[in-house]
Amino acid sequence: MFPAMPRSVAPWEIERKLLVKAEDKTNPRYGHKPEERPSEEYIRYGIINLDKPAGPTSHEVAAWVKRILNLQCVGHGGTLEA
Amino acid sequence: MRWSRRDSRGISQRNPKVTGVLPVTLEESRKIVQAFLHSGKEYVCVMKLHGDETENRVNEVLREFEDTIYQRPPLRASVKRQLRTRRIYYIDFLEMDGRNVLFKVGCEGGTYIRKLCYDVGEVLGCGAHMQELRRTRAGSLTENKDIVTLHDVAYWFAEWQQQKDKKILEKFIQPMERALTLVPKIYVRDSAVDAICHGANLTAPGILSLETGINSGSMMAVLTLKGEAVALTKAGASTEEILNMEHGIVAKTERVLMPRGTYPKCWRSGEA
Repeated sequence: MFPAMPRSVAPWEIERKLLVKAEDKTNPRYGHKPEERPSEEYIRYGIINLDKPAGPTSHEVAAWVKRILNLQCVGHGGTLEA
Repeated sequence: MRWSRRDSRGISQRNPKVTGVLPVTLEESRKIVQAFLHSGKEYVCVMKLHGDETENRVNEVLREFEDTIYQRPPLRASVKRQLRTRRIYYIDFLEMDGRNVLFKVGCEGGTYIRKLCYDVGEVLGCGAHMQELRRTRAGSLTENKDIVTLHDVAYWFAEWQQQKDKKILEKFIQPMERALTLVPKIYVRDSAVDAICHGANLTAPGILSLETGINSGSMMAVLTLKGEAVALTKAGASTEEILNMEHGIVAKTERVLMPRGTYPKCWRSGEA
């Protein structure tokens, strides 16, 4: 129906390869793998992929999450305000 | 902002029928919000036309909006209302029913879809407005994977408080590193980590590996070999240049994500 136009590449369509510059090991005594953080820390270094309901604003939804999880501060990435 | 405010603002001022992926950052992870703001978004939108148009014509006009567009944020916006450019990666016309048009759009962060619909209506000549909107992607988060509702959050959190099983937390919370999937990454030695946590710039000897596609000036995530995020930085050179560098500053540290002292201090201080 329409001629195929060249689509510009969206950020999530870019493929990246890892190039190694030097080799080294990491000391298991320090830090944790992201999935292996202790529970409390896991929450504080966590993000939630939330399905925003219709009605309340993004700020309100974030405030609800804050109250539910009983946290000091909660933010949101990119207001869904249209 | 609390729910109790709803009476004072009235229904018209609220967000009618706008749903979908909303990344919520908890405490420490708020520092990565930056990575989300500049990431691409994808929406599915219902646009209501104010007159009758053929499917072909609508499709044609939507296509015209692909690539770079100029946009002035709408009257009720949370940013300064000045003309700015935004990239539209693609617009896919999905279907049309009478005057309702369904389409999918992939765009740069900060594109107002309400405005886009209005502009499409202007070009069509009949006028149009946005009827309903659902965000299907924000950066690396999509509605197909790990998406949870507020109810899920409340339920699983109460469950976790009783059982204290970390598996339950993993059902609705992701490590913040998930947000950095689309940002080019650079892995560094343990010995370089604490210096960066103290705000030092990233230098060439500390680098172990890096991803392709880094350009000077682009955002880059610094990670440890364990995969923990250390900082968000601004690259000062491209991937190829960094690979050949022996010394010197590779990236400027913009936002530190890891607390100091997580890794040992490995640099010599002045007095020593």
